Amino acid sequence: MALRRGFLYWLVLMEKSPHRPHAEVHSALRLKVENLAVARGGRPVLAGLSFSVSGGEALVVTGRNGTGKSTLLRALAGLLPSLSGEVRLEGVGDAVELPQLAHYLAHADGMKAALTVEENLDFWAAYLSSAADRRSRPVAQALSMVGLSHALRAPFGALSAGQKRRAALARLLVAFRPIWLLDEPLTALDRASREKFAAAMRDHCALGGLIVAATHEPLGLEEAGELVLGGAK
Amino acid sequence: MTSPIGALFQREWRIARRVGGSGAMGVVFFLTLVTIVPFAVGPDPNLLSRIGPAILWIAALLASLLAFDRLFQADAEDGSLDLLHLGETPLELAVLVKCAAHWAATGLPLIVAAPFLGLMLQQETTALAGVVATLLVGTPALTLIGAIGAAATVTVRRGGLLMALLVLPLTIPVLIFGVSASEAATGGTVPFYSPFSILCAITLAALALCPFAAAAALRHLGE
Repeated sequence: MALRRGFLYWLVLMEKSPHRPHAEVHSALRLKVENLAVARGGRPVLAGLSFSVSGGEALVVTGRNGTGKSTLLRALAGLLPSLSGEVRLEGVGDAVELPQLAHYLAHADGMKAALTVEENLDFWAAYLSSAADRRSRPVAQALSMVGLSHALRAPFGALSAGQKRRAALARLLVAFRPIWLLDEPLTALDRASREKFAAAMRDHCALGGLIVAATHEPLGLEEAGELVLGGAK
Repeated sequence: MTSPIGALFQREWRIARRVGGSGAMGVVFFLTLVTIVPFAVGPDPNLLSRIGPAILWIAALLASLLAFDRLFQADAEDGSLDLLHLGETPLELAVLVKCAAHWAATGLPLIVAAPFLGLMLQQETTALAGVVATLLVGTPALTLIGAIGAAATVTVRRGGLLMALLVLPLTIPVLIFGVSASEAATGGTVPFYSPFSILCAITLAALALCPFAAAAALRHLGE
């Protein structure tokens, strides 16, 4: 008990110490998937899938259309039940569930056309951030990181496809969550925006977060691991 | 920093109040329905004052039904529904907050408009008070029951009609006790409080059960 408290105190100290990067705090974070099987619409899509990703790492999931990339991400986000196998999260408290630590980004942006970009992001910041985490960025800063500062007060519905995508990416930055589950994050982005987003992803890894991204296009992360689905066929 | 629940309420409220939201549409529809009835049944003041509470209740039911089909479907289409699952707020509570905001934006205006429309239907002051009191207590139950229908039809394209078919039979008890309490307000064989307290009980039961039913439907259909 005393040991446990001592350890917690040490963690708090690490968190408060100004010179420490945050990487150490989350370095124990590890997403472990063992023998996962998932069905979608009654049809088995994934079977016997095992991999693990640690804090600070990125995993790129590739594979042809229909091999279960999106299914895997939805299952990790807790939106699809798994048939068998296990998704485990190491290095966090027992009471914490994976979906509460994860950002999920799919083809839909999750934004309301009638509200401004700022109102949309303010809402997700309040709804998705666990506590006042210092790694959550203010809305204005998140928007400048994706190159969308000028659209702060524009209605979301008035943006172009690429701008909408960038606003959706800014959602990942306004509420810090260590796990990013990204399904085709680069859709509709131009080259400059891709580079900005690659930098944001590198930042996220440096803060100790981990990324699982399904994509057909290179993400711009050199050190990312790769998981190929449906390779046997 | 606003709390997640406060932020959700504020967001829903803003969407309902913006152009294209469901807030003003419900009141206009309510007004239209109530105005149409005297054309159909004739301008006999005695008849209108007798069936007035029933007309107001039916119009309020249909007007609130009008706005339900977008309650969860809009969120499902733009992906927000998936993200609402990921919050730390339990989905049941999120459903309840959405219902509260929906009621505040579409139900409350109906209640405010009801006494003015009641005057068009030859209602006395006590009858108006009765209708307002029963609508105030009964419309939250309509919203909560409607949430189950909206959640069950969330993946159905153009599911508005299907939702109406699912929800209308469930709202019959609310309608029966709502209308009988408003009629009892002007005298009759039963005292006002007996149907009124049953109406209160229905709303409380809906408050306890419907968020769980709607959240279960959303979880299952999200798969």
